Amino acid sequence: MTPPMIELKNVKKSFGNNIVLQDINLKIAKGQSLVIIGGSGSGKSVMLKCLLGLMAPDSGQLLISGKDIAKISASDRKQVLKKIGMLFQSAALFDSLKVWQNVAFGLIQGQGLDKITAKKIALEKLRRVGLSPDVAELSPAELSGGMQKRVGLARAIATEPEIIFFDEPTTGLDPIMADVINDLIVECVQDLGATTLTITHDMASARKIADRIAMLYEGRIIWEGAKTHINNSGNAYVDQFIHGNAQGPIQMDTAKS
Amino acid sequence: MINPLAIIGRTILDGLGELGRLFRFAAIATSHIVRPPIYWRLIGQQMWLIGYNSLPVVGLTALFTGAALAQQIFVGGSRFNAESVVPGVVVIAIVRELGPVLGGLMVAGRVSSAMAAELGTMRVTEQIDALVTLSTDPFKYLVAPRLVAAVFTLPLLVLVANVIGVLGGFLIGTERLGLNGATYLQVTAEFLEAADIYSSLVKAAVFGFFIALMGSYHGYNSRGGAQGVGKATTNAVVSAFIAILFTNLIITVIVFGVTG
Ligand SMILES: Nc1ncnc2c1ncn2[C@@H]1O[C@H](COP(=O)(O)OP(=O)(O)O)[C@@H](O)[C@H]1O
Ligand SMILES: [Mg+2]
Repeated sequence: MTPPMIELKNVKKSFGNNIVLQDINLKIAKGQSLVIIGGSGSGKSVMLKCLLGLMAPDSGQLLISGKDIAKISASDRKQVLKKIGMLFQSAALFDSLKVWQNVAFGLIQGQGLDKITAKKIALEKLRRVGLSPDVAELSPAELSGGMQKRVGLARAIATEPEIIFFDEPTTGLDPIMADVINDLIVECVQDLGATTLTITHDMASARKIADRIAMLYEGRIIWEGAKTHINNSGNAYVDQFIHGNAQGPIQMDTAKS
Repeated sequence: MINPLAIIGRTILDGLGELGRLFRFAAIATSHIVRPPIYWRLIGQQMWLIGYNSLPVVGLTALFTGAALAQQIFVGGSRFNAESVVPGVVVIAIVRELGPVLGGLMVAGRVSSAMAAELGTMRVTEQIDALVTLSTDPFKYLVAPRLVAAVFTLPLLVLVANVIGVLGGFLIGTERLGLNGATYLQVTAEFLEAADIYSSLVKAAVFGFFIALMGSYHGYNSRGGAQGVGKATTNAVVSAFIAILFTNLIITVIVFGVTG
């Protein structure tokens, strides 16, 4: 049995008195696409940041191809990160660089490619996400939100990573643009055969991207199953979330921001 | 019951903790300055941003200060029929203290704030996280080039400030106060010593380090959206000011405290 590509064991993380992750356990097999759903502020982004080594968990293990990202040396972590692409919630494009330089960044800085080759690949990746070469010369501030997400996607896939993380890929987009991004994600992931972890609160997006879906609530994974089972999960929390009901076991703490 | 001692103790501990974090940040950043890869292009870009764009404000500050200084020394000196000391006192005051300090403060106002705002925005928009995921160390890519650029650019700026400051004194001395131009320059040259210039440039380099350090530190660690970035910007300028004035005192005491 091959070990899972990504595995989280008993991961805990809190900020002061605010316990964000209580006890997270997850496995993602190679080539699989897992989508984690959960409300705003439930700790989805914190979990991803722990997985990228950007934040240290209080305890537990975060294994990527068997290596604990929080415990390995800085140079080993750099090697692991080279296998990972990440699309940030806000796209996080470098606004001091042109669009193509953003996409080529990992190729030039991480893989040491020369500028001309890297630009050629960057233009090809931009075309892959439906952006023309004239967009490549613009600065990110000149792009709409949807276009920024596409550039972020192109940057995430530029180095052809084995693993890709998506942090709320469709948040802030209109439904049609959101669907375009979902399609692009599905296509790009299929091209690469990548293992992916997506976090979102957009059910339409989850249904489109996922092989499996897990739900994060109060710092734990309270349900996990194949996408096809989400409608009859038998879990009241999941039912409330996917139908977007105000009534149900999940109480919105409206006093808390 | 609030125990005042507890409050004082907590404040001191918080301050020491902050100082420790700043020191750690400075140590990490400095270690990246010498380890490859070194981003020469970014260093050049920062030198241009810090140096060229600061020239007008630094030049004007020096010009007006040198002129005002000459006027005051003339008024004070004339009570003892000692108007001839004007060039000597102006050049010493400008080169030893006012050139580096005022130059440093003006650049800190411009540059520490700009760095804190830029890095702070990059932090809250996840651009710094994105750098890490693209196999790039933010200390090496963002902080080290700013430190190097500021350390090398500030001495150049202060050199210009010194010359323009003396020029300000010269202009008001010869045009308004009736001093002889040739004598003015001769006295200036006689009073100025090599140690004055060296100490001026060393101060400038040290101030440059703190300007970039405070801008980077507060920007890099900012959190909490636009408000957090605003706070980082203010803190960067205030702490750079304090660092400049304090290290200036230390260097002055070390260099000039013994010889008098
Ligand atoms: N750097 C941080 N410092 C303190 N608290 C944080 C930090 N990052 C996130 N949090 C807190 O963790 C909780 C989860 O945040 P997040 O993971 O961003 O939620 P989401 O599920 O919407 O992505 C929130 O309560 C947030 O305030
Ligand atoms: Mg989030």
